[in-house]
Amino acid sequence: MTLEARSARACWETDVDSPADGRSIDLGTVDAIPVGEGRAYRVGGKTVAVFRPRDGRLYALDNRCPHRAGSLADGIVGGGAVICPLHGWKFELASGRCLNESARVRSYPVVLMDGRMILLLEGEA
Amino acid sequence: MTEPERLVVIGNGMAGARVVEEILARAPERFAIAMFGAEPYGNYNRILLSNVLGGTQDAERIFLNPLAWYAERGVTLHAGIKVTHIDRERRRVTGRPMRASALPYGVDGVDGGAPTIEAPYDLAIIATGSRPFVPPMAGIDTPGTFFFRTIDDCERIAAYAKRCRSAVVIGGGLLGLEAARGLLNHGVEVTVIEAAPHLMPAQLDSEGGELLKRAMEGMGVRVLLGTFTQAILGEGRVTGLCLKSGETIAADMVVVSAGIRPIVDVATSSGLAVARGIVCDDQLRTSDPAIFAVGECVEHRGVVYGLVDPIWDQAKTIADVVTGKDPAAEYRGSRLATNLKVMGVELVSMGEVKAADPRDEVVVYREPSRGVYKKLVAQGGALRGAILLGEADTAGVLTQMFLLGSPLPERRADLLFGTSSGAPILSVLDLPDHAQICNCNGVSKGQIKEAILVGKCRSVTRVGACTKAGTGCGSCKTLIQQFLEIYAGEVEPDESEHYYVPGVPLAKAELVAAIKQHGLKSVSAVFRDLAAGKEDAGSKPGLASLLKSIWHADYEDERDARFINDRVHANIQRDGTFSVVPRIYGGVTSPTELRRIAEVAEKYRVPMVKITGGQRIDLLGVKKEQLPSIWRELGMSSGHAYTKAFRTCKSCVGTDFCRYGVGDSIALAQKIERRFRGVESPHKMKLATAGCPRNCSEAYVKDLGAVAIEGGKWEVYIGGAAGSTVRKGDLLCTVDTHDEVLRYTGRFIQYYRENGKYLERSYGFVERLGIERLREVLIEDKDGICARLDAEIDAAVAAYRDPWTEANAPVHRSQFRGLIADDEARA
Repeated sequence: MTLEARSARACWETDVDSPADGRSIDLGTVDAIPVGEGRAYRVGGKTVAVFRPRDGRLYALDNRCPHRAGSLADGIVGGGAVICPLHGWKFELASGRCLNESARVRSYPVVLMDGRMILLLEGEA
Repeated sequence: MTEPERLVVIGNGMAGARVVEEILARAPERFAIAMFGAEPYGNYNRILLSNVLGGTQDAERIFLNPLAWYAERGVTLHAGIKVTHIDRERRRVTGRPMRASALPYGVDGVDGGAPTIEAPYDLAIIATGSRPFVPPMAGIDTPGTFFFRTIDDCERIAAYAKRCRSAVVIGGGLLGLEAARGLLNHGVEVTVIEAAPHLMPAQLDSEGGELLKRAMEGMGVRVLLGTFTQAILGEGRVTGLCLKSGETIAADMVVVSAGIRPIVDVATSSGLAVARGIVCDDQLRTSDPAIFAVGECVEHRGVVYGLVDPIWDQAKTIADVVTGKDPAAEYRGSRLATNLKVMGVELVSMGEVKAADPRDEVVVYREPSRGVYKKLVAQGGALRGAILLGEADTAGVLTQMFLLGSPLPERRADLLFGTSSGAPILSVLDLPDHAQICNCNGVSKGQIKEAILVGKCRSVTRVGACTKAGTGCGSCKTLIQQFLEIYAGEVEPDESEHYYVPGVPLAKAELVAAIKQHGLKSVSAVFRDLAAGKEDAGSKPGLASLLKSIWHADYEDERDARFINDRVHANIQRDGTFSVVPRIYGGVTSPTELRRIAEVAEKYRVPMVKITGGQRIDLLGVKKEQLPSIWRELGMSSGHAYTKAFRTCKSCVGTDFCRYGVGDSIALAQKIERRFRGVESPHKMKLATAGCPRNCSEAYVKDLGAVAIEGGKWEVYIGGAAGSTVRKGDLLCTVDTHDEVLRYTGRFIQYYRENGKYLERSYGFVERLGIERLREVLIEDKDGICARLDAEIDAAVAAYRDPWTEANAPVHRSQFRGLIADDEARA
């Protein structure tokens, strides 16, 4: 895995471009996301919501609710799911599966390395 | 290995989709299935269309089989394609795409120029349903005339109604009244015209019809009976109606709902036997043995059905026959029982509701003051028909006895009111397994039994989750309860209905007690100690609200428990931007303040500046990251127009300028707003004060309203509403001073905070407890809690901090971070 060398700037101060190999992207330090919440990141041409639930794990989903394009990063997180702030569609964080409608958003693996969040785009289907 | 047989289903409504479901349940691999539907959608629950029209349900919530359902089961769906011909010699159906603007149930409507789609079949099922009956009258094509049959019809009617002040519904049957209800929600004045001498002639007798008419009129619907329409008037668009009597009625739109007729076009043109409907035998086979038919297009034993119930049995019969599960299966007709709510009035009707035979025994109970009417028609100890109007507690058991022809109890009154001992009237043990218990979803006793014995369901809710039984009108829940008692020996009460939030298994009072006892001050602590460590996202805001109302300043605020609005102190909009509403006490502003607001709006290019219904100024379309600087530059405090809390107290100009004012409503509104601003409650609270009973500030229809009356007194009203529900508040008390208004306002707010369910508006709360009870508690102090309530609300007021001060002291460095765009990052 190639990690892009980045300055210690906080992620929201910078856009995250795809690194040369297009596979793993450093989203900056995890404390940019308050515990239990999510934040939206612009990654190349797309917007990815990264979630930091209270169980200590990290998850990433496409940030666009398939219903009315709500920002999932603004949703309430808990019990392994996020609820879209616009009309309450609920998505499983791990899979992106919608729990109350037949719909799905793409999910991406994201790992924590030395306190930094690394988004892996190779999980892209 | 044998090739799967080719099955073509013509029609993708509730009947077509149900028969495919039944076939797949018996033999998932047996057929290669193709379905044709004239509507460009999957299958939806047509019964719920009036909710969609009325705006109480989203169109997408009524889909039974969304498009993905077909794909997942390998069913080829030709949506938006209407079958125009069946070549019975070559066993091929031909379909053509519908023109975009055409009504799917119209006689024509296909796009003649488009290529045809052909599908060969070994077996075909016709499920074309029915179309609205068009009564003979001139001007039926006048724009502004609608039918009410499909999702698209709903959208067209709702869109057109926005521009209308008055509407006429032609037809006072089930569908017509449902359409009237939907239109009423759009704020349109509605007149229903019925040709018969009473409403719902198919389900009611004249006395029941009269009571229903009174109930309708009470809701503001005008009802004309025994009235025929001659013509729809208007050049280019509807302006009114001309009646056979010569009278004319002005109207901006007309909805025609005068009954339905089977769609038999393709059956007729293909040479099948057709009378009123497509003639079928007891196996639902048409005159061509390779073609079956199901649903409202069928005529079976001379009967054409117009309700959903017969579909369940017909679909099962066809599935049994064509899959070979029971090649001798037969459908012998359906006895019809309908159970519905007409504009909020409960109505159950079954069988013959008018005595026609001298041997008929008729039992009637009437209570006009409550709008209750109950009637049984029996013969030979069995039920021939019944009506329950306005109260339908015994609907479940009555329906079973009617459908099964069970012998009636000696005391007929038990059938109308239940037994005085509470013992069940009908032993559910005696029912055969195939007896249908839930008529809304077609669930049999056997399926419920299996859910209990094999699926280990132990509560009515769980049986419902497993089988769908009881999830429609709910009238069969008492029967499900009895099955649980018999087959499981134990019934877990469905306590979840009473839980304060779904994720913590406690009702509000127990939850409050447990929180206090364990000293739980944060949402995560509640999940840890009271929900076995299991978080539930949807329960977080409710718990946060409750904890804050219990602990005030000691509450441990975890921001992730808040809805986004409460994290950024602004109201999220459909495009992800936010709205900013600064506090303007009592709606009184100044030139300086207005100038400052204008400057901020210009500087930040705020897309819209709007006066709200609560007499405030709303800056709409603000980006999350702009919020802190906008607040700073406004230099005003939060108007809380985004949260479940005290929001506004609007007022009229009172005694300052108004020549009618008898009380100083502005000063009172400002005092109320300064005291209670931002105090959180189970739902939002919008208040008003009025300087006289002319009520210009609408205080009678606010969560709490104070109205000045002659003699320097103030009336305090609670539980008013003028949103989706309209309700005049109940008079809590009449007092002499502003201070007293403040005291009772605080007491009521605190009592509501403690006893309201989360997201229960004050009107629901006041109605649930009753104004007499609230007067006992809050005025007469019968429970001896007034001093405590006053102290608690004082503490809540003292704990208030203006959330907009977080502009200078964010709780987290990324509290107001939105998305960073590419160009912004490169800059």
